[in-house]
Parts: sequence; structure tokens; C-alpha cells
Amino acid sequence: MTGGAISRWAMTALLLSAAGAAYTSYRLERMRSGATLDDVLLVQSPKMVKAASLGYTGLAADIYWTRTVQYFGGKHREKAMRYELLRPMLALTTDLDPQLTVAYEFGSFFLAQKPPEGAGDPQAAVDLVKKGIAANPRNWRLYYHLGFVEYEERKDVIAAADAFEAGSRVPGALPWMKVMAAAMRQKGGEIDTARYMWTNIYESSDDPLIKQNAVYRLIALRIDEDVLNLEKMAAEYQKRNGSYPANWQQVIGMGWLKGMPVDPSKTPYRLMADGRVEVQEYQRFPFITRGLPAGKQSIERITEESFKPQQ
Amino acid sequence: MAVIEIQNLRKTYKTGFWRKTEKEGLKGISFEVREGEVFGCLGPNGAGKTTTLKILMGLIFPSGGTARILGMDIHDPRVKQQIGFLPEQPYLYDYLTPLELLEYYAGLSGVPARERRKRSEAALARAGMSEAANMPMRKCSKGMLQRVGIAQAIVHDPKVVFLDEPMSGLDPIGRREVRELIQSLHDEGKTVFFSTHILTDAEAICDRVAVLDRGELKGVDVVADLLSKARGKVEITWQGQPKIESIRAMSLDYHATGESVRAVVKEADTDRVVDAVRQAGARLVSVTPVHGALEEYFLAKVDAPKKEAEE
Amino acid sequence: MRARLALIAANTFREAVRDRVLYNLVFFALLMVAAAPLFGVISIGVEKIFMVNLGLAAIVLFGVVIAIFVGTGLVSKEIEKRTLYTVLARPVARWEFILGKYLGLAATLAVNTSCMAAGFFVAVAYVSVGLHAADVNLLVALYLIGLQLLVMTALAILFSSFSTPIFSAAFSFAMFVIGNFVEDMRGFAAMSGGPEGWLVRGLSYLVPNLGAMNVAAQVAHGQPVPGALILADTANALFYAVAALAAAVLIFERRDLK
Ligand SMILES: Nc1ncnc2c1ncn2[C@@H]1O[C@H](COP(=O)(O)OP(=O)(O)OP(=O)(O)O)[C@@H](O)[C@H]1O
Ligand SMILES: [Mg+2]
Repeated sequence: MTGGAISRWAMTALLLSAAGAAYTSYRLERMRSGATLDDVLLVQSPKMVKAASLGYTGLAADIYWTRTVQYFGGKHREKAMRYELLRPMLALTTDLDPQLTVAYEFGSFFLAQKPPEGAGDPQAAVDLVKKGIAANPRNWRLYYHLGFVEYEERKDVIAAADAFEAGSRVPGALPWMKVMAAAMRQKGGEIDTARYMWTNIYESSDDPLIKQNAVYRLIALRIDEDVLNLEKMAAEYQKRNGSYPANWQQVIGMGWLKGMPVDPSKTPYRLMADGRVEVQEYQRFPFITRGLPAGKQSIERITEESFKPQQ
Repeated sequence: MAVIEIQNLRKTYKTGFWRKTEKEGLKGISFEVREGEVFGCLGPNGAGKTTTLKILMGLIFPSGGTARILGMDIHDPRVKQQIGFLPEQPYLYDYLTPLELLEYYAGLSGVPARERRKRSEAALARAGMSEAANMPMRKCSKGMLQRVGIAQAIVHDPKVVFLDEPMSGLDPIGRREVRELIQSLHDEGKTVFFSTHILTDAEAICDRVAVLDRGELKGVDVVADLLSKARGKVEITWQGQPKIESIRAMSLDYHATGESVRAVVKEADTDRVVDAVRQAGARLVSVTPVHGALEEYFLAKVDAPKKEAEE
Repeated sequence: MRARLALIAANTFREAVRDRVLYNLVFFALLMVAAAPLFGVISIGVEKIFMVNLGLAAIVLFGVVIAIFVGTGLVSKEIEKRTLYTVLARPVARWEFILGKYLGLAATLAVNTSCMAAGFFVAVAYVSVGLHAADVNLLVALYLIGLQLLVMTALAILFSSFSTPIFSAAFSFAMFVIGNFVEDMRGFAAMSGGPEGWLVRGLSYLVPNLGAMNVAAQVAHGQPVPGALILADTANALFYAVAALAAAVLIFERRDLK
């Protein structure tokens, strides 16, 4: 065989087998779609993972964090109601690198949200952030996340106030931590406080999922506030005139409204005979607690028919 | 018949990190080696001797020109059956013994299994390595390795033997043995192509020589012709009269040590000098033709361009 | 041709076997396997799981170290030290040299891995008081480790066909590490999307899919390895090894020896 012939043979073998290798690699990818989760399923011992990572625990933690985000994203996309592995994965990640604060911040968020937005396990979220605070006591943002979960998901205003206050004492904490603590202590400040928190989350996060969630929360808060105010007006009208207003025109006539009250989708609110106010297309607004037709539950997740906010 | 045909052979080495700098190792040389010849390739360091041999062995690829051995292209696999090669400073597998190495190489060259041992022992004996045949090669001296290198070049009884500086690293006895070995290969009718910069070796055993310098072929000549051409000088020595001015005037070289004098004169002047010595009453010791022929040829060929450049 | 391949392979084997480093490596691997039951005492209840994980990790790690160091050593050292001159001046084609080296190395690794595997089984039998039917899975894991070594050896030879011994070893080791995270690379690619996602995804097809040949965690828990996976892994490893060797031949065939 001459040199040229050998080169041609080698080139042919290279092309064919490279194609074969790529194809089988692709098949393997298909076959083992959940492969990276095996470790978490089977090796739930951080000690073992630490040993196997040969001292590169920081790197191992980064890899597990990536896997966690990927797992969460995948489950979220398929609108899963259960996130069984989220907790062990987060535990493993934070055991490997207790200083990986993103894991506590986002992890607590993933855990606390109600399914299918998250694992619906606020207790686990609180435990995770507390673990993070124990490992990083000088990171005031972790106290903020703790307060957030306590308030928003567990409705425990006292615990939330304690968390914000503890965080506000950490050197370098932004002043609004004190404001948050005060707001928590003060009853009735609910909507404002919530708005403050969600705005802050929206502004401080780069994650599109979290930003989107915050936007819906803010919209819901605005609706809740609108409905509360409109219902107050209806009640005031009844006090003065002996009956509830029949339409918005009458309320506008009192000088309390400048125009037709509309929800964020520009649809007018519906005024009911008993002075209640309803949101017409309430399905489009997840998380709202007021303005729901009688007997309807609040929608706890973002759905297809959800209102797409105009930025 | 020409056993080796080299035509306009060129080699440009690309050096430097980006392989941008070019260095001409061979600038287009052509010559032929005939069957049964002992052919010497002479030249100073960096002349291109090793480059020529490496191209002939297919270890590096020429940048231009052609080379044929036994009428076949050098890359024809059949060529390799018929040739033996001793590289410059042979590096051999140091975990083997000379006998193991030779048996392995005999196998690679297609010697049948049952003949390998016998042939290897014979080759080692020819190279004067019988006693150290079973000594690990990492314990061998430089000269011993050179001998093993020669043995491996002839173990498969090749038709053409290529030797790159076969005498280097050998003591005077070793040099003589190698010279005799080449002579005996010659007697068997084999063609020997070897490189050297030691002129007396070439002078003693070569039929023809090629002189290379800085990648160029300076000349190819029959050694016997060279010798007769350059034979024009005589060395005359005598004792008793250190200063004979008439001789000193016509001498090419005149050297007195105590009572003894050595003078080199033109052959034509021999009689006059001998007469002068007798007349001066000195005792004539010897009259010998000078054998510096090849050296002069060599220096003349190699120095010519330098002198031209100086002028 | 076949005789020459066999001779080169046999000589490669002989060289490896005469290298003291090899014995040290195998000895350390066996030591690690033997020490595993001691670790087991610390983690009560999971002795065997721990033992299997650690044992298989030791075998693959030492196997890869041998494959890389002996592999790059055997080929690029021959180029570097010019021992190749006297071989290639014989009727040995360059591709025969590459293939012969590969076969010799594969044989060396097969013997080494078998030694380590034997030690491993002794340790497993000691920890779990005898062997059980489920321990067949361990053989599968060892087989897949063998595939990884075949791939790594081919890569080591590919790198040595154009690079110095140290660089070849470094490149090969990098490939081994990245190869174990192919699935994470694809996960990352899926997450990030965009051009860099495609780039990472493309790269994940260039490195060997060693992660898919690592079933230590499963077999440690006595879970069987699906036949389809074994088959796909085998095909993948063989294709990859052939591709790497063909590339090595392509490069080496045209190369000037130094
Ligand atoms: N691999 C290489 N890369 C770059 N240049 C080279 C290489 N090999 C040889 N050369 C150059 O080519 C020229 C010829 O070298 P070569 O080794 O053929 O000389 P030589 O006649 O064998 O010398 P010596 O008597 O010292 O062995 C030299 O100038 C050398 O520097
Ligand atoms: Mg030389």
C-alpha cells in the first residue's frame, strides 16, 4: 500500500467511525436523560461525593448547583407537581460548598413556591436559608430571603419581622431591611410591604423565571389594592346614600374616581349589586386574593391564559 | 546498475514556534551509487549528510526531487526488505538486551522465527558484541551501543547498508574493526553508503566519495583518482643538519626538532632535495609520498566559496 | 503484516511489563482496594456500597493513569528518543507501528485491570461474606471500565502522534476529566441555549462519553445495568477508539520524524 492509499483508508475510517461515535453518543444521551441525577438518587452522602471530588469540592458544588437548576427548570417546564429531588440536591450542593449563597437564595425560592411553581415546601425553604445563615452569618441578603419566605409563604409576620431585624443589624445591610422589619411589625401594611418586597426581588434578580413571577405578583398586588379601594368606595357610597352604587358612573359622580376603573388588562372592574367588586377575567391573573367571583379559588400558578404584562 | 539514485533532492526545514522560519537542509543534490560500491558521504557538521540518509530511510519527507533505491521509490514497502540502517548515535530500546533487540528486529524484517536467534548471534559476533549479548542495554557503553546499532543494520542480511557516522564513539581498535566489517560487506558484494567527517576512514575504505557542504553537493569522485591526482608531494626526513637553507626555500613545510628535520616538498623537487641532504652531510631517514589527498580535496571543495566570499 | 503487528504488540507489552512504574501503580491500586473495607467500618451499614464505589474508582483512575502515562510514553517517547528510526527503516509501515502499539497497550491494560479486578473481588467477597448473584453487575462495571481504557489509550496515542510526552499526557488527562462530564455539558447547553449552548453541545460530541460508561453508583446499589446501555457504550467506545487511531495514523503518516 502506498502512503496515499493508507491516508485514504485512514480518512474513510476516521469519518465513518467519527459519525458512529457521534451517533452512539447521541443515543446514549437519549438513553440516559436523567443520568446526572443518578448520583443524587444513589449517593446521597456528601461525604462520599467529597471524597470522589478529590478535594475540588467547590467545583463539585458548582456542578451540583448546575444540575439542581437544570432539574428545577425541567420539572418547571413540565408543570410537575412534585420536585422530590430538589431538597436532597440542594442539601448536597450546600454541603459541598456552604459558601455558595446563590444556592440558598434561589434554592429557598424554588422550594417555597407552591407547585407547580415550586416544591411547595416552605419549611424546607426556611431550613435551607437558616443553614445558609449559620454558614454565612455576615450575609444580610440571606436574612432577607428568610424574612421573605416567612412572610410570603408561611404568613408568619412575627418570624419575618425577626428575620428582617436580625439582617438589618449585619454590617453593610441596606437600610430598607429596617423598613421591612418595621412594616412587618405594623399590621395593615401588608400590600405595601409585599409590593416593596416583590419590586426588590424583581430588580435584584437576573433569573427570568423569578423576574416573571415577581411581575405577576406585583400585578396581583395592584388588583388586590384596587379591589380593596373600590369596595371601600362602594361601602362609603352605601353609608351616604343608603344603597350600593348601581354603576361606576355614580361613584365617579361623587368625585372619588376620575374615570372608569380598569384592571391591568384595561378591562373595567365589575361592580356587583352587594357592593363587591369582581375582576372580569380573573383567570388571567394568578395570585390575586380579592375580586374573585364568589366561590372561586385564587389561582396559584401562572397559566397559559395569564395576562402578558406590557412592560 | 545504480543502487541509489538521487535527483535534485531538496529539504527545507520549517522551524520556530509557528514554523515560519525556513532552513534549507539540502539545496538540490543529485548523485548515484553503483552496485557493490562503498560510497562515502563527506561533509562538515551541518552539511546535510544525516538529512540525506533520513530522506532515503523515509523518516522525513523531501521538499522536492526524487530518490530511488534498487530501482524502486523509497516509499515502496519492498525497499525496506533489502536495506539496513544505522542512525547517527543510535538510540535503542534500553529495556532489552542486544540479543532480544536483534531478534525483535530480525522478526520485523521478516526473518523466519527459527532463524532469528542464529542470525542475531552471528550479527552480534560480526560487530564484536558477542560477550555482552545478554547485558541490559541501559548498562551498555556508548561504543557498545554503536556496535549493537551496526549489528541491527546487518542482521537481516540486507543488500544495501546505510551507516550514519559508523565510527563515532569508537576507540581506535573499534574503528579498525568497523573498517574491516565494511570491507567484508564489500567483499560479499553489498553496497555500503555511509557518512562521516573523518577523512582517513573514508580514504581507507571508500570506492567513491561525495562531498557535501551546507546542503550543496561539491563533487563526486573516485578515491583512487583523487589520490593519484593529488599525489604530488613528498615528505623527506633526515638527521644531523637542522638548517639547510636551500631546502627550506623550496619546502612547502619545514619543521626541525633538535637534530631531526621533516620537510614537505613538491614531487618534482625530490631529487634535488635528496642531493642537498647528502651534500650537507646529513643522514637521510625517509622519503614518503604524502597521503593527505582526500583532506585537500575536501578542504578545497568546502573552502572555495568561503574564499570567494572573502575576496 | 499480522506477524509484524503481533511482534510490535508483544514488544510493547514487554516494555510495559519491564517498567517498574507499572508495578508501583498496580500495587497502589490494590492497596486502595484492600483499604476500602477499613473505610467501610467508619460508615456502618454502607460498607459494601462504599467498597464498590471506592474500588471501582481506584481501578478506573489507576487504569487511566497507566493508559495515559504508558500510552503517551510509549509512542511519543519513541519519537522523542528516536528509537523509532531503526524500526521504521524496516518493512514496518507507520500505521502498523501505531496499531501494534495500541494492541500491545490494550493487552497490558487488560492484564493490569484483571489483576486489580481480582483484588477487588476478593475485597468485595470479604466485606459481604461471599459473592452474590447481583455481583454480576460488578463485572459489567469492570467491562465498561475496560471500554473507557480502550478509548483513553487511543486518545493518548493520538495526542502523542503530534505532541511532546508531557503535553500528550496533559491533553489526555483533560479529555478524561471532561469526558466524565459530557452529560453535564449537555445539561448546561440545554440550559443556556444560544450560540454558546450550541458550541458546548458540539464540544460534547468531540470528547469521549466516559460518563455514560461509569455505572459505579448504580452497581454499588445492586442495580442492574440495562443491556441496551452496555451495547451502546460498546459501540460508542469502539467507534471513538477507531476514530482516534485513524486520526493518529493520518497525522503520523505525513509527519517528519525529528
Ligand atoms: N529537524 C531539523 N529542523 C531544522 N533544521 C534541521 C533539522 N535537522 C537538520 N537541520 C539542519 O539541516 C542542516 C543539515 O543537517 P544534517 O543533520 O543533515 O547535517 P550533518 O551533515 O548530518 O551534520 P553532522 O556532521 O553534524 O551530523 C543543518 O544546518 C541543520 O541545522
Ligand atoms: Mg549527521
